[in-house]
Amino acid sequence: MEATVFLTQIVDGKMQKVNLCESCSKEKGVNDPTGFALADLLLGIGDSQQIEKNPASVKCPVCGFTQADFKKTGRLGCSHCYTVFDDGIAPMLKNMHKGTAHTGKTPAKFHMTRQRGEKLKSLQDNLSKAVAAEEFEKAAELRDQIRLLEAEPV
Amino acid sequence: MKFSRIIANSGEWLSGDGPNRQIVVSSRVRLARNIRNKPFPGWAKKAERLEVMGLVKTAVEALPEMEESYSEPLESLSPLEKQVLVERHLISREHAAKAVGSAVVTNARQSLSVMINEEDHLRMQAICCGLQLGNVFDMINRVDSELESSLDFAFDSHLGYLTACPSNVGTGMRASAMLHLPALVMSDQINKIINSVNKIGLAVRGLHGEGTEAMGNLFQVSNQTTLGETEEEIIGRLNRVIEQIIEHEQNARALLSQRKPVTLHDQIGRAYGILCHAFSMSSKEALNLLSVIKLGIDLDVFPEAHRFPVDELFIETQPAHLQKGAQVQKMSSEERDTLRATIIRAKLNQMPGPDMSRLKISVPTATSKQ
Ligand SMILES: [Zn+2]
Ligand SMILES: [Zn+2]
Repeated sequence: MEATVFLTQIVDGKMQKVNLCESCSKEKGVNDPTGFALADLLLGIGDSQQIEKNPASVKCPVCGFTQADFKKTGRLGCSHCYTVFDDGIAPMLKNMHKGTAHTGKTPAKFHMTRQRGEKLKSLQDNLSKAVAAEEFEKAAELRDQIRLLEAEPV
Repeated sequence: MKFSRIIANSGEWLSGDGPNRQIVVSSRVRLARNIRNKPFPGWAKKAERLEVMGLVKTAVEALPEMEESYSEPLESLSPLEKQVLVERHLISREHAAKAVGSAVVTNARQSLSVMINEEDHLRMQAICCGLQLGNVFDMINRVDSELESSLDFAFDSHLGYLTACPSNVGTGMRASAMLHLPALVMSDQINKIINSVNKIGLAVRGLHGEGTEAMGNLFQVSNQTTLGETEEEIIGRLNRVIEQIIEHEQNARALLSQRKPVTLHDQIGRAYGILCHAFSMSSKEALNLLSVIKLGIDLDVFPEAHRFPVDELFIETQPAHLQKGAQVQKMSSEERDTLRATIIRAKLNQMPGPDMSRLKISVPTATSKQ
């Protein structure tokens, strides 16, 4: 029969792809959603795009944490894990919380870095405009301002 | 500061005053913070935990708020001492299970405490008497702002503060109030209240948090979600719900005193009789009976002067406090039950019996008429 369900299993760190037709897969219980652990679904197994990346082998470069570790503990390894496993964490956060974006307190340091970045960008935009309009005196002024801001310690 | 000095004084949240003090025992706000790119405590190796502990402990001890403080690595505390801190809500049960690489710092007033390497690198909390979540948040928010200049907190512009468990990400804040709700329990309305509070995304828990039994008619109400709302919005939502619960409890009290004065009289009288004359008492029985006495004080059946001694008994009769007070390392539960009964008898010795003629009868408001 035609294969309609593709099952990916990780055996000893190697990925094995098994093609099953619908009736076979039912027999093996693979399309029973409760048969899959929540963490697998959340962190990407079962999502075809993720399967190609073999998420089980993805390791956080900072702390060495893997998806299997998340499945075991329900906790992440370090703050950088949020970037590494973002694809899987985002839908989980959506189910768990009131919203998906933080709207609360921001550390002052972070706030300043962001403000500085925004200011730099607007100065650079103005500089390009001034150059394009051949307003060289204004451009020189803007260039000095940018240099000053860049020289400031963060 | 020594552990014995912490023990000698009860925390300010117990003895102090605050809005809605009769029903709201305490307000607490906890913030979870982590150091950027350092493995979270549950995933860190011992050396990494010790490194973070050193870093954080130094920063916390340097806070002006911690000028007079108690700071201790957990491995130098006995299991009994850790349990005393749990009973005072200064550390969590989870934190008490930790040893090398974890620590606790608390100020002398016991209104601020920082758990180092609990589930997150820092779990800092402020606790105050009565319903004042806004003030309590301000207290801990100031500490957090002071700490961020010396510690590099893991923060993401989109997700906010990054925590070991995704359920705390965003604000990293858990705000909670401990409520004393004897009338809602007596009138069988408590489950209805708990269910509706759960439905709007708030959690209701027992005396010592997650998975603990509700003893002494004490319930903790807290926010469940941390991402997508500001700290002020979360606290505002929680406050509105708590104010409604307070109103329901007050109405339940009014209804009991109006319609079932005999039942109320009987319960208060029995609680008083047992507490004054028992020779052996479990911690659960003590809390449940003390709760009825506390209600009696709220309803003017006992003189107001006895409020503080009764509130103190809620803490003093907890297992670790009993044992620590007796200066014994090992004690059987029978011995503890005997000692508990003795302490209660001694403390209530000066308290007159219930005077039901003084029973405060208030009229229930329209919303709760059945
Ligand atoms: Zn087949
Ligand atoms: Zn990591």
